[in-house]
Amino acid sequence: MHNKTIAELARGLRDREYSSVELTQHFLNRIKQANSLNAFVTITEEQAMIEAKAADEQIVKSQAGPLTGIPIGQKDIFCTKDVKTSCGSKMLDNFISPYNATVVEKFDQAGAVMLGKLNMDEFAMGSSNETSFYGPVKNPWDISKVPGGSSGGSATAVAARLVAGATGTDTGGSIRQPAAFCGITGLKPTYGRVSRYGMIAFASSLDQAGPMTQTVEDAAIMLQAMAGFDPKDSTSVDQPVPDYLEVLEKDIKGLKIGLIKEFFAEGLDDECAKKVEAALDEYRKLGAEIKEISLPNLKLSIPVYYVIAPAECSANLSRYDGVRFGYRCEDPKDLNDMYIRSRGEAFGAEVKRRILIGTYALSAGYYDAYYIKAQKVRRLISEDFKKAFSDVDVIMGPVTPSTAFGIGEKTSDPIEMYFSDMYTIAVNLAGLPAISIPAGFSDNKPVGLQIIGNYFAESQLLNVAHQYQKVTDWHQQLPEQFA
Amino acid sequence: MEWETVIGLEIHAQLATKSKIFSGASTAYGAPPNTQACAVDLGFPGVLPVLNKQAVRMAVIFGMAIEAEIAPYSVFARKNYFYPDLPKGYQISQFELPIVGNGHLDIQVDDISKCIGVTRAHLEEDAGKSLHEGFHGLTGIDLNRAGTPLLEIVSEPDMRSAKEAVAYMKKLHELVRYLKICDGNMQEGSFRCDANVSVRPKGQQEFGTRAEIKNINSFKFVEKAINFEVERQIDILENGGQIVQETRLYDADKDETRSMRSKEEANDYRYFPDPDLLPVIVEESLKQEIKAELPELPEAKKQRFKDQYQQDEETASQLTATMEMADYYELVVKNANCEAKLCTSWVTGTLLGALNKTGLEISDSPIEAERLAGLLQRIADNTISGKIAKQVFEEMWQGKANADEIIEAKGLKQITDTGAIEAIIDKIIADNPAQVEQYLSGKDKVFGFFVGQVMKATQGKANPGEVNKMLKDKLK
Amino acid sequence: MALTAENVNSIAYLARLGIDEKDIDAYAKDLSGILDLVEQMSSVDTEGVLPMAHPTDQPQRLREDEVTEHDQRDYFQKLAPQVDAGLYLVPKVIE
Repeated sequence: MHNKTIAELARGLRDREYSSVELTQHFLNRIKQANSLNAFVTITEEQAMIEAKAADEQIVKSQAGPLTGIPIGQKDIFCTKDVKTSCGSKMLDNFISPYNATVVEKFDQAGAVMLGKLNMDEFAMGSSNETSFYGPVKNPWDISKVPGGSSGGSATAVAARLVAGATGTDTGGSIRQPAAFCGITGLKPTYGRVSRYGMIAFASSLDQAGPMTQTVEDAAIMLQAMAGFDPKDSTSVDQPVPDYLEVLEKDIKGLKIGLIKEFFAEGLDDECAKKVEAALDEYRKLGAEIKEISLPNLKLSIPVYYVIAPAECSANLSRYDGVRFGYRCEDPKDLNDMYIRSRGEAFGAEVKRRILIGTYALSAGYYDAYYIKAQKVRRLISEDFKKAFSDVDVIMGPVTPSTAFGIGEKTSDPIEMYFSDMYTIAVNLAGLPAISIPAGFSDNKPVGLQIIGNYFAESQLLNVAHQYQKVTDWHQQLPEQFA
Repeated sequence: MEWETVIGLEIHAQLATKSKIFSGASTAYGAPPNTQACAVDLGFPGVLPVLNKQAVRMAVIFGMAIEAEIAPYSVFARKNYFYPDLPKGYQISQFELPIVGNGHLDIQVDDISKCIGVTRAHLEEDAGKSLHEGFHGLTGIDLNRAGTPLLEIVSEPDMRSAKEAVAYMKKLHELVRYLKICDGNMQEGSFRCDANVSVRPKGQQEFGTRAEIKNINSFKFVEKAINFEVERQIDILENGGQIVQETRLYDADKDETRSMRSKEEANDYRYFPDPDLLPVIVEESLKQEIKAELPELPEAKKQRFKDQYQQDEETASQLTATMEMADYYELVVKNANCEAKLCTSWVTGTLLGALNKTGLEISDSPIEAERLAGLLQRIADNTISGKIAKQVFEEMWQGKANADEIIEAKGLKQITDTGAIEAIIDKIIADNPAQVEQYLSGKDKVFGFFVGQVMKATQGKANPGEVNKMLKDKLK
Repeated sequence: MALTAENVNSIAYLARLGIDEKDIDAYAKDLSGILDLVEQMSSVDTEGVLPMAHPTDQPQRLREDEVTEHDQRDYFQKLAPQVDAGLYLVPKVIE
């Protein structure tokens, strides 16, 4: 059962091959057995069984939708009413959210069953899931390696088939990079496509929620439920949501694929480069045309990101002050002491680094040189992409410079860690949609292929990615012990 | 050394919206603590702001009323600092691109008109309240007020005396209430004033160092605080000292300003555009719509009253002091079918007198405009005399009856029947030969006696005009 | 761009962030490294380029002025570290 896709499980439930209760119990057992992966922060066993029962009633009445009764995991960044929502941090270790994120509401309404809250890098800041207050998550392909981050728990859970699908969030690559490291499919939609209400903010103009699944088809099913205008989110875009499954099967003959010259410069591991080349060959066989494009300002993505994201997060995290919720230090002497010690004791080092950089970048005398400059370069990067899209339909390239690295390998040098996102970050700066799909293995570790689409062109993106999954089977592979 | 005072005022007016600027919680005053603070107001993880349409409208209305530029494109910015009554650790305000630009307000001090510039007005959210007493050395935080929309109105440093500052503040206070964008209740904190005060030697171009006096909540205190501050600064400068740029508080009990002892140096607010909000676009069509709906402003109304109702400055000012007063008066005029003069004298005289005595506002007047109009109508058409009308007015004040009902019930109709009056006059003349003798011999005062007698005989109902005319005729 | 321990201390204070004395130098080093990385931005000319705050071009949506939220104080205050008589309690501000 656990090795079936969401689409298959939905059919199985509809045909009464099994019930949601059985399915849910099955996954819950697997989760318990796979405890050592540390993918979950909270397992909502009781609630899951209640939801499964309710789902079964809908199924029996033939009132089931594509996600009714399907067990999923929610990244612990989404507020879930009356359920602990930690965001991977000691600061929110005692936080039981009093409301549901819009994304959570939508899955509830779609009848999905929530198995629990998935581990993540603290406040979504990280590329390896090693900054979590709850300890690192292990990559199911090799437990000495990281699953990637910040949606490491989500990626691991899907790869180890502990959930049928999971939600993640992506600010600089946090869906795509772990998807690549864990050999699964991960989609970051266009900025504004999915509501951010109830999604704990890291960098408001970059954050976006998306599905992490075994297949592209499943990602389309989940995106269908997640996408849509939300009046509670001012940055949510009021654009109609198309039927994402409708054009999955479309022929891609004549598709123009752009290959970013700058992506194949130094820094990319040879084996990863080879796998990406092989994937491109598959696309040639499917009738696509590949052309080289240049995005000259792309190399500045990392510096730009490491000004904008910390600046926005430094303000977004000011609300964690020990006054109305969350961690408060013991016996504060006075107000300042309460602030300083509560925040000092409850935030991890990476979070502190980013708050400090962000505060610095916004401070008097530095605002123009750092923050404004970064926003200007951001526009140049976006313009580069816009120009490229007047020439090609989609852009392809690697997701990560290498396969999953070892736990503890990059923790001593934060900047080295930052470079894991070198291929993914520019996409967030521009607000474009992008997907990571499994494209092979190097040294028994998964390698991902990244496909970047134009604004609100998720349908085309999913179509192009799906066609690859029809002629390859990387996405069907999973670590042996989790089969 | 002659000193010149330079004053600029920053006024925070709470906009009279039903819900908060960025959330759907109520803005009603006086609710139990934290019962009007929703998830967005409390700054819970993951919540997001959405802008209140009415707050934008009200800001535009204000801007148009002071003939200011309305920014077609304005941006909300985060003002970052830590304080327990500021839940998110930043206030959503406007910095580089405010919604309202340069405008002006005309004031009058001692009959001299002056134009005071308004630099800008912008939208922002209010913070909560801190209660420092009663919690055993702790401070209690009430976030009901957090998120209430504020319009921060910044004046140019154009005022040169406390009197001018008070005049500006009063004018602004009247304007925002006229426009119905703020209830102006200073006790409840709906209208708050910060004064920036500095002095410089007369003739000097550069401004002196200023001190900011925060949160003054009455016209009287503004005047006193500024006067004290000016004295204080001159004193320091004349003794060779320097003015420290700082924030001060006015202590009403001691009538002095005090420095707010702060551990930190000037705050670095690290303003940057709020990424959770998009730029506010004010379309030309909205501006036209609002322009068309803009109520007649106090200045224009006062001038019109002077022209239309032949009123002098003082009377027109009094009757246009508030929208309610002006509307009441005009409703009376519309319904009373008589000379405006009569309405004016009754509204400013009898009615206001009664309201003042009982401590009521015009909007609480026991006699509605239409009812008063009915009374004035009967004076104008001679049904009753002015004197009798006063009696009727008393009756109307106590109950709900209109003038006609009371006149009928008490039989107060004026006697205008010349025949009847003549008969009474003849009788009184006949009955009082001695007085007739006196009058004819030149004692003019005795005329009053006869008038009195006629009035007594008719229970005051005889038309005084007729009585006078006839008596004069008969006593020749 | 090299940040000193003193720089780190003042920035940490602005952000009300407690940093252990023994870690200050490490933070200074890491932050300086990040600033060096960021320096690369100066290699490109951005004269006349408009800063990009959002990927979306749309204007701010306006909400109708209606009261849609109601009293949930007791439920919300279950999350608070310290409350009394409906108020959130904090150590006194030193004025």
